[in-house]
Amino acid sequence: MSIALVDCVSFYASCERVFRPDLKERPVVVLSNNDGCVIARSIEAKKMGIKMGVPWFKVKDRYIRKGGIVFSSNFAFYGDMSRRVMNILDSISPKTEVYSIDEAFLDFSGTEKNVGCFNFGLQLKNTVGRWTGIPVRVGIGPTKTLAKIASYQIKKRNIKSRVLALDNQKDINQALEATPVGEIWGVGRRLNRKLSMAGINNALQLSYAPPQDIRKRFSIVLERTVRELNGERCLEIEDVSPTKKQIVVSRSFAKKITNLEVLNTVINDYVVRAAEKLRSEKQKSSTISVFIRTSPFDASQSYRAIKSYSFTYPTDDTRDFLYAVRKTLAKIYKPNYRYSKAGIMLSSFSDIGYVQNSLFRESHTYKMNSKLMKVIDELNINQKQIYIASQNIGKFKPIQRNMISPKYTTSWIDLPVVR
Amino acid sequence: MKINYIGTVIADNLSELMLPYFQDMVHAGFPSPASDFIESPIDLNKYLIKNNAATFLVRVSGKSMIGAGINDGATLIIDRSIKPSHNSIIVAAVDGEFVCRRLKTKPKLCLVAENKGYKPIYINSQIDFEVTGLVTSVINQFT
Repeated sequence: MSIALVDCVSFYASCERVFRPDLKERPVVVLSNNDGCVIARSIEAKKMGIKMGVPWFKVKDRYIRKGGIVFSSNFAFYGDMSRRVMNILDSISPKTEVYSIDEAFLDFSGTEKNVGCFNFGLQLKNTVGRWTGIPVRVGIGPTKTLAKIASYQIKKRNIKSRVLALDNQKDINQALEATPVGEIWGVGRRLNRKLSMAGINNALQLSYAPPQDIRKRFSIVLERTVRELNGERCLEIEDVSPTKKQIVVSRSFAKKITNLEVLNTVINDYVVRAAEKLRSEKQKSSTISVFIRTSPFDASQSYRAIKSYSFTYPTDDTRDFLYAVRKTLAKIYKPNYRYSKAGIMLSSFSDIGYVQNSLFRESHTYKMNSKLMKVIDELNINQKQIYIASQNIGKFKPIQRNMISPKYTTSWIDLPVVR
Repeated sequence: MKINYIGTVIADNLSELMLPYFQDMVHAGFPSPASDFIESPIDLNKYLIKNNAATFLVRVSGKSMIGAGINDGATLIIDRSIKPSHNSIIVAAVDGEFVCRRLKTKPKLCLVAENKGYKPIYINSQIDFEVTGLVTSVINQFT
């Protein structure tokens, strides 16, 4: 009974290195959309003291002076590299759960008897590394929670092979003792505080607590964690990804926006993207929320607002969302502010097949709408050709990505060059 | 040169290029109905790419491999999952730059060009060298 957690090392920064062999062993950081904050750091950049999430302008001068390399985020490229890594894992173990863009759980129960857990992990690491150029860590344990702890220990102990298999009680206990409760999967800051007040500071101590007590004093979720720490499987591999509960599109702007019309245009872009995504997931949504805010670094003014609009019937029609956004935005927009970020969220999903009919609206109108949207989606699949009139068509550039790398794997004109 | 006719190219604006592929022999005198001809269409992706996750495309710049039929501007298909051996054509990172060369593992480990104007690159401890992948195909486009 073994589960492996495969976790890409500094994923975005590692991607940037795959087609830039000159960046080997050099500090690399990747910035968030709009070049705002540092969202990924190579080990070398971490050693320079660049913290996760730090605003770029605060560290820029010192980092560049010391020879650091910086990239704007290139999500088309990272997404393709992620797909490759996940495909490989899926071909090795049929029970794979993609947990995030750079992490996956694998159930390889049965295989471990033949090769041994550690060797299996080593094979995984070498295969992904050789085939894609992305370095990964492999933490192995009898449960998901223990696999996570193994992965944490690889980082903490700086294990050179980047593989740790917790396959006997002695190794498990040693790893648990060296893991503070705050580092256990699912234990947040508040729970961490409550546990340390109860005298539980590391994972080993938590594993000794009687599960029933934990359930009474804390929650059923933490009880499950305790059982998992003791090698009892409570969390299964979810190889069928659950349908999304919400879709969020939000961005900071390169230049502050001080005008309702411009703001509306930019947000309309987000709506079109989110609605495309919604339709590709075959869902309908009956709530759209809009939020706008000024910059948190602006000392002279501060305003933030969020408001939701509910539809009587779930919809996936872009035009319905655009209508709702215009109405909602007008309600929360205040003049004389310099807006730095806006976003929208679609929620309250239901499957396309299920639509409650009403007394006042004929059901066939939905069909006609969905046909139009389908045609637009098909035409826009490779290249944007059809726009909704209120969308931003390049007049105003809301995103700044000055240091973006080429789309090495997804664009013919950006292919890497060999001599 | 001998050329075999495979079929007519239907070049729609599709991401996967499909060509009808005639699988049955056509017997003179009694042709089978047309609907029987069209079997599985030819898919260039399937033909050129065996391991999707490990396959990358790169663009050639220069004439170092012209003798192997790799023109300036050609597109190479690289499979990172196949281990190269003596005489394989590979892409490698040499001192921080990608090169395409023929790999020689004997008598000495080196990378040779297919063009007299280029010197072989001998791999020693002074050189930062890493194999990126094996070149499985080349696409030279003439128009």
